Amino acid sequence: MTGMGMGAIMLPNIPVMGRPVAAEALLDGGLDVAVKKRLADAALNTAKAKGATYTDVRIGRYLNQFVVTREDKVQSITNTESYGVGVRVIADGCWGFAAIVDAKSEADMARAAEQAVAIAKANAKLMAQPVQLVPQKGFGEVSWKAPIKKNAFEVPIKEKVDLLLGVNDAALKNGANYVNSVLFFVNEQKYFASSDGSYIDQDIHRVWPIFNVTAIDPKTGKFENRQALSAPTGMGYEYLQTNPSDKLTGITTRYNKGYDMLEDVTAAAKQAKEKLTAKSVEAGKYDLILDPSHLWLTIHESVGHPLELDRVLGYEANFAGTSFATLDKWQSKNFNYGSKLVNLFADKTQVGSLGAVGWDDEGVKTKRWDLVKEGTLVNYQAIRDQVHILGETESHGCCYADSWSSVQFQRMANVSLAPGKTPLSVDDMIKDVKKGIYIIGDGSFSIDQQRYNFQFGGQLFYEIKDGKIVGMLKDVAYQSNTQEFWNSCVQICDERDYRLGGSFFDGKGQPPQSSAVSHGSSTTRFSGVNVINTARKI
Amino acid sequence: MSIILTEEEAKALLKKVLSYSKADECEANILGETRGNIRYARNEVSTSGALTNQNLSVQSAFGKKVGVATIDEFDDASLEKVVRRSEELAQLAPENPEYMGVLAPQTYTKVNGFFDSTANINPATRADAVAKSLALVKAQKLIGAGFLEDQQGYNAMMNSKGLFAYYKSANVNFSLTVRTEDGTGSGYVIKGYSDVNKLDTAAATKIAIQKSIGSKGAKALEPGKYTVILEPTAAAVLLENLYFDMDARSADEGRSFFSKAGGKSKIGDKIVDERVTIFSDPSNPELPSSPWSGEGLPQEKLAWIDKGVVKNLSYSRYWASQKGVKPIPYPSNMIMLGGTASLDEMIKSTQRGILVTKLWYIRSVDPQTLLLTGLTRDGTFYIENGKIKHPIKNFRFNESPVIMLNNLEMLGKPERVVSTESNINYLVPPMKIREFTFSSLSDAV
Repeated sequence: MTGMGMGAIMLPNIPVMGRPVAAEALLDGGLDVAVKKRLADAALNTAKAKGATYTDVRIGRYLNQFVVTREDKVQSITNTESYGVGVRVIADGCWGFAAIVDAKSEADMARAAEQAVAIAKANAKLMAQPVQLVPQKGFGEVSWKAPIKKNAFEVPIKEKVDLLLGVNDAALKNGANYVNSVLFFVNEQKYFASSDGSYIDQDIHRVWPIFNVTAIDPKTGKFENRQALSAPTGMGYEYLQTNPSDKLTGITTRYNKGYDMLEDVTAAAKQAKEKLTAKSVEAGKYDLILDPSHLWLTIHESVGHPLELDRVLGYEANFAGTSFATLDKWQSKNFNYGSKLVNLFADKTQVGSLGAVGWDDEGVKTKRWDLVKEGTLVNYQAIRDQVHILGETESHGCCYADSWSSVQFQRMANVSLAPGKTPLSVDDMIKDVKKGIYIIGDGSFSIDQQRYNFQFGGQLFYEIKDGKIVGMLKDVAYQSNTQEFWNSCVQICDERDYRLGGSFFDGKGQPPQSSAVSHGSSTTRFSGVNVINTARKI
Repeated sequence: MSIILTEEEAKALLKKVLSYSKADECEANILGETRGNIRYARNEVSTSGALTNQNLSVQSAFGKKVGVATIDEFDDASLEKVVRRSEELAQLAPENPEYMGVLAPQTYTKVNGFFDSTANINPATRADAVAKSLALVKAQKLIGAGFLEDQQGYNAMMNSKGLFAYYKSANVNFSLTVRTEDGTGSGYVIKGYSDVNKLDTAAATKIAIQKSIGSKGAKALEPGKYTVILEPTAAAVLLENLYFDMDARSADEGRSFFSKAGGKSKIGDKIVDERVTIFSDPSNPELPSSPWSGEGLPQEKLAWIDKGVVKNLSYSRYWASQKGVKPIPYPSNMIMLGGTASLDEMIKSTQRGILVTKLWYIRSVDPQTLLLTGLTRDGTFYIENGKIKHPIKNFRFNESPVIMLNNLEMLGKPERVVSTESNINYLVPPMKIREFTFSSLSDAV
């Protein structure tokens, strides 16, 4: 599930993600690699001496910058830094984990290692089977950097403020009553060391420009919102510097590897006003044409989550839930997840995606693998302590912790729908639809704990009649069942339309952790989906 | 020095911090906490951890230019450094027209939210609590997945006008899902306390076991409008969406449920049944909470909805100054008054209805009407002629807490519950509601 939505980060008081620092501190590279290695070795050695049979150490420095504005005001500029160390061990066959803020000495490292071993030993009596890790070779001293073109932290604050105030001005000039806009930048500097002999230094960057415009009809007291069609990406500031090849024109402009915030907010202001008088949808069955800015979330909830092996096995039963995609369905080799057109894959290497890294948070080299092939369920997402259940000898490399203070566990890779193999444009797809709705942008979302029944809204809804878009709709949500929905997939546009969407805030685990993940697709058509009307009178 | 400072230690440290200030105004906030948790699944422990954290945040202001800096180390040099850094940031910042200056000293209610019992939890006591729970689950050949987390800590603040506030608290939450081996039954329990001595993991486990076994063999019922009895755990996740929306500014601006045509808010309007009264009270012994807000405003006993009428919305200090009213911080707890009915009496009085024990994945569908969607989970039961007849398959609902509280039939005695969505503790009564809208069936167990 995507825990904290766009709404939460629109608040002027951003939830605390670390300590505030000066902007310049975001450019400092943190501790030298040699120092990190020395600290890591102190924890590895102590844990071993205390009886750990496996240890990994994560030295993490997490930097965030938020620029938050509304209308003509800068509400806050916040730079945060969070630095600390997490040590995970196996002792007496059981996991133990301890974390210490601001650990910078060998004594701190030893303390964390000791605490982790003590917890493992205290809990070992509650284990039926010892933890079983698939082997992982050590990689020695290696590093990985996200292939960004421009580090967002190098861009002066004034340039960012000017961009957002320009965006807000454009919204107000084009009919919005209110506008909130935010730039959100992330840099994770992660050092991983393990008793397998890996010392991995990684530098990860993410950007997310967002806004929400509100249009109000003072006579009726009704209001409508339209949020940005941007995607959070694993790119640098270059995402905000578009060129025409990044744009897809149509009923509204959609964006690929570059985002024109000013152009999108101008459209959004007009569309929020248009929504006020748009036709309320008539409930019934429709063909849905789903833009990648919308479909990413449906993929996330109905494919990404049910195919996490830890959920399938019951490790998340107490919170996020289990899965309908049980092992027997996979073992049968003929479980129809979707129609023959449906190919879904997991990928931790996709350039520009939120999930891309060189190695995961337990030192496994990342890769791409198939989940659903020509409609049939073929695999799950699994990490070192569970992949043996699938008869595999190597982890898939999708282990992640959202902070030095959280324990790493299986998290969703970028899970994407492969584009159609025959040339097909969105216009051609629409021409073929008698009664349909074209949905752009993500909205409300909810799915059950085994990932059968879901309901999704959106940002923009256009009615299609006899092959033509005839106008805007509102109060639209669709409900379906995962297997039925993916089997109703009848057309997928080709790779020219392939784009990534995603979230910074995929929530899972107890205590809950956030993970950033992307989902790619081309515009896709689903036939005969149940649409409900969400308007209510109070 | 220990991580958890006493009131006197915190006061002395904050005084020292402020002594370094050269800004027009200065405010310092400090916190220290320790957390521990244990997680289990498939009848064995899966992950567990411990966290130690402390932080000092200093806000300096020159006119309306404000800067904030923080630090985790509390030696004299670090304290001076963090003050200087916040001053440098303030000098570089654009003016914040909504900055209201620091508050003069305030008077706060005395609240006891700290319990040594909870503060003394260690890895061994956590493991013992879980072992008790697991033994019961295993004895019934069921499968348990649970989570126990505890926290102790303090917050304190001081500003250059002499305001000082301190609050120390502790909390423990325990939750458990019990599933049958064949996956056809699932039951849940969640409990939250300030004092861990009130937590009986064995008694809680028995509730989840009973629901798990009782939910086996669920039958499908047609979606539609039904009378429902919501256990407090189910009601809390709907009510909190009403609570989260109680902000005067968004209401006055015309973009919330609490807005009215013509730029007015619903303060003074009757929006729900007159038996609905919702208030906050930090000194409630069942649900102690901080007697002051982040910037030092007192949290007082305050009615938000009284006999169905909206009495108050929260006003930031800036918005209050614009509207010429007293600022009201967002509350630190929320309590809904109940009635006298027991759950059994509610069931007995129901000719045809549904007992909902938990709701899941609640999301806003329409902010204008507070329409929410989500699903029932971990034990949903059909009631006929005053008796629970059989378990039923889960439903998706589309319903607004406002419509729900207008369709109120009965209220029971409030209990402390933990929201399964936000993890916030509330006091919520069980409630019987007519015409609750279920829109589709789910195969999920």
